[in-house]
Amino acid sequence: MKKFIITVVGHDAVGIIARVCTYLAENSVNILDISQTIVDGYFNMMMIVDAGNVEDVTKMSDELSGLGEEIGVIIRCQHEDIFNMMHRV
Amino acid sequence: MINIQEVLETNKMIEQENLDVRTITLGISLIDCIDSDLEVLKKNIYKKITNTAKDLVSTGQAIESQYGIPIVNKRISVTPIALVGGAACRTPEDFVELAKVLDQAAEKAGVNFLGGFSALVSKGMTKSDELLMHAIPRALAVTKRVCGSVNLGSSKTGIDMDAVKLMGEIIRQTAELTKEQDSLGCAKLVVFCNAPDDNPFMAGAFHGVTEADAVINVGVSGPGVVKTALSGVRGENFEVLCETIKKTAFKVTRVGQLVAQEASRRMGIPFGIIDLSLAPTPAVGDSVAEILEEIGLEYAGAPGTTAALALLNDQVKKGGVMASSYVGGLSGAFIPVSEDQGMIDAVQAGALTLEKLEAMTCVCSVGLDMIAIPGDTSPSTISGIIADEMAIGMVNQKTTAVRVIPVIGKTVGDMVEFGGLLGYAPVMPVNPYSCEAFVSRGGRIPAPIHSFKN
Repeated sequence: MKKFIITVVGHDAVGIIARVCTYLAENSVNILDISQTIVDGYFNMMMIVDAGNVEDVTKMSDELSGLGEEIGVIIRCQHEDIFNMMHRV
Repeated sequence: MINIQEVLETNKMIEQENLDVRTITLGISLIDCIDSDLEVLKKNIYKKITNTAKDLVSTGQAIESQYGIPIVNKRISVTPIALVGGAACRTPEDFVELAKVLDQAAEKAGVNFLGGFSALVSKGMTKSDELLMHAIPRALAVTKRVCGSVNLGSSKTGIDMDAVKLMGEIIRQTAELTKEQDSLGCAKLVVFCNAPDDNPFMAGAFHGVTEADAVINVGVSGPGVVKTALSGVRGENFEVLCETIKKTAFKVTRVGQLVAQEASRRMGIPFGIIDLSLAPTPAVGDSVAEILEEIGLEYAGAPGTTAALALLNDQVKKGGVMASSYVGGLSGAFIPVSEDQGMIDAVQAGALTLEKLEAMTCVCSVGLDMIAIPGDTSPSTISGIIADEMAIGMVNQKTTAVRVIPVIGKTVGDMVEFGGLLGYAPVMPVNPYSCEAFVSRGGRIPAPIHSFKN
């Protein structure tokens, strides 16, 4: 399993989750968990995904960030280890 | 499982508080390149560096993308060239030839700096060391990426005052030869006492002779993250202050540890150390001076600054040590002037002087760093400044360094622009009284009594 964290930050709008999920489904990425919150008026969504079937993760990361530009939000895709290292001893 | 608040906290550090990995530095031993024929030596050096470092930049970029963390610099350090070139170089010009090869190799590898045009002369100079030191001004003037350093003393050996005197002259000559660019050559030259073998930060990085054939060292940063964390505990007591710095340093260092392990795995090169330094940049919000202000000082340099810096440095180490399996290099708070907007502001406000900076170097991780001084400062005065700093390092068993820039044609109050990460600085006044007779005595200062621990 290659766990990645996808975050989406921006103004709330119709279809953000749908667009992101469609992209993930088309690329055989399995969603393990979704949570969201509003911080300072901004929509914040976090997905934990398994990208075990994705060969080129850099490409996925770039495409997701491109998709974010289309929708008008910021999408980041990061390996979970950066968060595990920082927040778990 | 990771929760959304933790993810948001990490990403806020990266996006808004300038959290980054400052450098992945690949240390490469050039000992096996040594040959008595200069042309063969040059070929060997070029081949070894470009082969070993061929994946450095691409690996760095892949890691940046995987974790979403900027890795600002990819750099190379090599065995001190005075050791490598000793058999082949007969003149300073021969050493300049080696510097040009290093520059070409660095360009081919795609790194912005390569450190190791260096000599270790803490007790005495070999012929080769002297030739290299005389080559420094030309070498730094005709190359872009090469950095030089000279270790002039240590707690075990004392201070080589002949070399201190010589380096005062070399720094002036380096300034003269690069006077068209505000004496930029001196920004690539640093002198040390107790230089570490595994420092990943420029300009003082070199690959020590105690090191393996190749090794990955990583320098972390994050003054902005510490400053933001401290803004949440204004008015709280020292216990809370120190705990906050420690926890933040831990988080910052863990990112460095992750990047170092991943770079090591991908390149098949052993992981050496994490240098857990607070390294500022001229960007607003990426400043060590601003942390000192957040601790409670109107400006860096105000009374209390040395104490504030001492606690900051100590807590950074305490938090960082547990976050990494191997800690080394310089590890602490850097206090460069031109690379730190808060320091620049403090100098301009008249709060920060060279003498206060000297006191601060007793408790920070390195020394007098990126300080512009008047271009007409005499070589013996520069040597005097160096001698003072070396003495602080020798007696306190810590690394100290001097990277001053006598800016030819400029005087106190003028601004100097170095560009990029090197920043800009106001020219600071230097004590005008002479130390010529002291510096000219010749010989060395013996090691201090507390060095005899055997």
